[in-house]
Amino acid sequence: MDMVSFKGIVFIVSALVAVASSLLMVTRKNPIHSALWMIVTFFAMAVIYLLLNAQFIAVAQVMVYAGAIMMLILFVIMMVHMEKGGESDAGKPRRSAKTRIAWALITVVLLGEILLGALFYQMTGQGGEYSVEVVNRVGHVKTVGALLYGQYLFPFEIASILLLVGIVGAVVITKRK
Amino acid sequence: MADYIWLIPFFPAAGFIINSAIGSRASKTSVAWVACLALFLAFLSSAAVFYEFLQLPATARVFEKDIYTWIASGELNVNIGFRLDALSVIMCLVVTGVGFLIHVYSVGYMHGDPGFKRFFIYLNLFVFMMLLLVTGNSLPLMFVGWEGVGLCSYLLIGYWYEKDSAADAGKKAFIVNRVGDFGFLIGVFFLFISLGAQGVWTLNIAEIGQNAHLLNGAVVTVITLLLFVGAVGKSAQIPLYVWLPDAMEGPTPVSSLIHAATMVTAGVYMIARLNFLYSMAPDTLYVIAVIGVLTAFFAASIGFAQYDIKKVLAYSTISQLGFMFVAMGVGAYAAGIFHLMTHAFFKGLLFLGAGSVMHAMSGELDLRKMGGLRKKTPITYWTFFIACLAIAGIPGFSGFFSKDEILWKAFSSSHGDVWIWLLGAATAGMTAFYMFRLFFGTFHGECRASEEVKHHIHESPRVMTIPLMILAFLSLVGGYVGIPHLLGGENAIEKFLAPVFGPEAPMKTALNFDIVRSAWASSGAAGHDGSLELALMVASVLIALLGITLAYIFYIKNPSLPQRFIERYAGLFRWVHNKYFVDEFYDFIFVRGLLKLGGILLKVADGWIIEGAVNGTAAVVKRAGDRLRKMETGYVQEYAFAIIVGAIIVVGYLVVRPIF
Amino acid sequence: MLQENPSDLCFILSGVLFTIGAVGAILRRNVIVVFMCIELMLNAVNLVFIAAASALSSMDGSIFVFFIMTVAAVEAAVGLAIFVMVFRLQDTVNADEMNLLKG
Repeated sequence: MDMVSFKGIVFIVSALVAVASSLLMVTRKNPIHSALWMIVTFFAMAVIYLLLNAQFIAVAQVMVYAGAIMMLILFVIMMVHMEKGGESDAGKPRRSAKTRIAWALITVVLLGEILLGALFYQMTGQGGEYSVEVVNRVGHVKTVGALLYGQYLFPFEIASILLLVGIVGAVVITKRK
Repeated sequence: MADYIWLIPFFPAAGFIINSAIGSRASKTSVAWVACLALFLAFLSSAAVFYEFLQLPATARVFEKDIYTWIASGELNVNIGFRLDALSVIMCLVVTGVGFLIHVYSVGYMHGDPGFKRFFIYLNLFVFMMLLLVTGNSLPLMFVGWEGVGLCSYLLIGYWYEKDSAADAGKKAFIVNRVGDFGFLIGVFFLFISLGAQGVWTLNIAEIGQNAHLLNGAVVTVITLLLFVGAVGKSAQIPLYVWLPDAMEGPTPVSSLIHAATMVTAGVYMIARLNFLYSMAPDTLYVIAVIGVLTAFFAASIGFAQYDIKKVLAYSTISQLGFMFVAMGVGAYAAGIFHLMTHAFFKGLLFLGAGSVMHAMSGELDLRKMGGLRKKTPITYWTFFIACLAIAGIPGFSGFFSKDEILWKAFSSSHGDVWIWLLGAATAGMTAFYMFRLFFGTFHGECRASEEVKHHIHESPRVMTIPLMILAFLSLVGGYVGIPHLLGGENAIEKFLAPVFGPEAPMKTALNFDIVRSAWASSGAAGHDGSLELALMVASVLIALLGITLAYIFYIKNPSLPQRFIERYAGLFRWVHNKYFVDEFYDFIFVRGLLKLGGILLKVADGWIIEGAVNGTAAVVKRAGDRLRKMETGYVQEYAFAIIVGAIIVVGYLVVRPIF
Repeated sequence: MLQENPSDLCFILSGVLFTIGAVGAILRRNVIVVFMCIELMLNAVNLVFIAAASALSSMDGSIFVFFIMTVAAVEAAVGLAIFVMVFRLQDTVNADEMNLLKG
């Protein structure tokens, strides 16, 4: 089994997992199930990032999304849905057939447009200096780190201030009066 | 000195700033010292420039210095810069010199006033603005000074703001001046664009002077007339003179400094400054001369029937300003400036004397309650007497030389006319009469004041009398800088000013001598021009003496005569006493008329059009909002849905467009 | 079809995930699920960035994704705090029952 097809198979498998789990995430009635399927999606995407030579992002994906954010969401679900469970969508009148068709149409149109765009257009951007070989030689994490602490130092610091503001904001909002 | 001419306006400005900053904490003495010292230093700088001028050849007597770029916008470039030449240095000397004396006088006069510090802050600001006006080298800077002195005038007229009449008088002065300033401003704009149309975009006075020949006659006439409207307002000429008598509500030193010696002469100065334009517009000059002489005559006639001593002096000021405008109007700019200077001396002195009288009489202003002050206030008496002689035009006193110069030019200049001379000479006689009426009524005869007031009469302190004496000295000798050639002098001031005013307006070739010749043939005075000038001089002196004699007969010899006269011509008297009802007329036509017009506009323009538009817009928006708010359901997902639909449309367009 | 650099496939995958996220965000009523759908959409965009950057031998995609993740984290913290507050006040996390913005 040569490398190309192995990578291809891994990609196909992860893509299918991502699509299937995200569909399940959207359709589950219980939000806890949704959240768990969401974690699966994130893991599948982390695998794809790895395939695309973005090791740092893949790790960050797992840590930040699958780890921190989903943890937070699960906490909140537990706090909020103590007694009501996941059935908050229940008890609502079902949507009429017309709306459903309209929604299906909108979904198809949106998807169609995006796929059309993805299939019809070639990338015209200019190639950069970080080819796969370069990144593999230096290491993705090191490359990203050098950029973040060099060229993008100022946005990086701004991002840290943003995080600080977010922390303070979250604390202030949830503080009991 | 040439690089330091900005020091002249700088000193009063510094005084103003220092006193504003520390005024609330400093003692009265230190405020007075700062204010007076600022003026004195400004006077010294002016004197230094003057002295340096005298060392230089006549053509080199111009100092110009830009210190800051004020406005630089496309073609419009205005610098803050100062320019001193023969004309402005004389103005500086008068403003700072007389201003300094009046400052010193005010220290005594305002001593007990609670607003002492405020008074000196305003005075310093005023002097700064006045110096800006006379030294500014561009029209906008001149206009800043022009408006600045107007502001200070307003502040100082309404100095005792708790008095309704003072506050009203301030407003009146400000609003009437606004009419004039409007004309002035339009004139400046018009001048700017007309010169710009010729390719010269400038507001610098000297540059305007160099390029004035590019303008054609009609345009210059319009421009000069508009500028003259400003002068009419500022210098209280017909028809905008009404504010000046009311301005006497201010403290007397203010009347002296602002409303006699300096600010009201700004119009005269402006015309003299822009003489190159006015000389190009003979029609405007004629208008100026006519307005000047009519103002002189009418104001003098009103002066006959006033009992308030400051009002008499106010009308006298208007009248004398009229004389200056006659001088401008006949192209005798130097004579006008000469009279401006001597007038600053003797009219400043008269007002300060009146202030001293008020001081003695516990604030009394009514002529009918005065009299007999000669013994009790000897210094005031003698200085006042000298000033009266000067204003009456008695030979040897300053007023004689300047006034006679104007009258002679009014007669002989090619812009002049015989009737202007006649009216001017008659006014001179009237001036002599009402000034001596005032003088006799105040200082001679029985004291008609109440016992209590009588008891208090005393001479003013030295801080007030010394400025009086200095000004009296100046009124006495100030004229000797302009002794006409006829009397063996060389008319130094005219020679000094010649570089500014250029060649004099030519004499009439065929003077309307015939009338005068025949009139004077019998006395053998007719002949060549010199003797004609002498004859006119003698005539005006005789007229002045006649006025004094009449005043003597009426008010000393036969004090019951005026009363009989008033009873005989009660209607006429009432008419004149009430200033020909001009105020009432203006009130009826302009004030009420404008109020009514305002009422109509309030209802139609404001009520229907503007409010209609505003309320209509609001109503349309409100109705649209009522409809549109139905779209705002408050459900986040509906908003998200709208975003998605929008995204579908935009992305659809982007994706599909290149395909087709 | 299975090339060394599967960026075209990544774009298709990203489009599918984005559509699922967008439709889910509008149709689901539970705000927390809606929130997750939004995260899914963000991930779809991240994927495009990474794929395109990989195809173009550029590093900017990774940097961009890094910042998007930062923003997503902050958004999660603040957003979830808001949900907790809303639940405390209104006793619901149902988007259909929140219409204080109604005009």
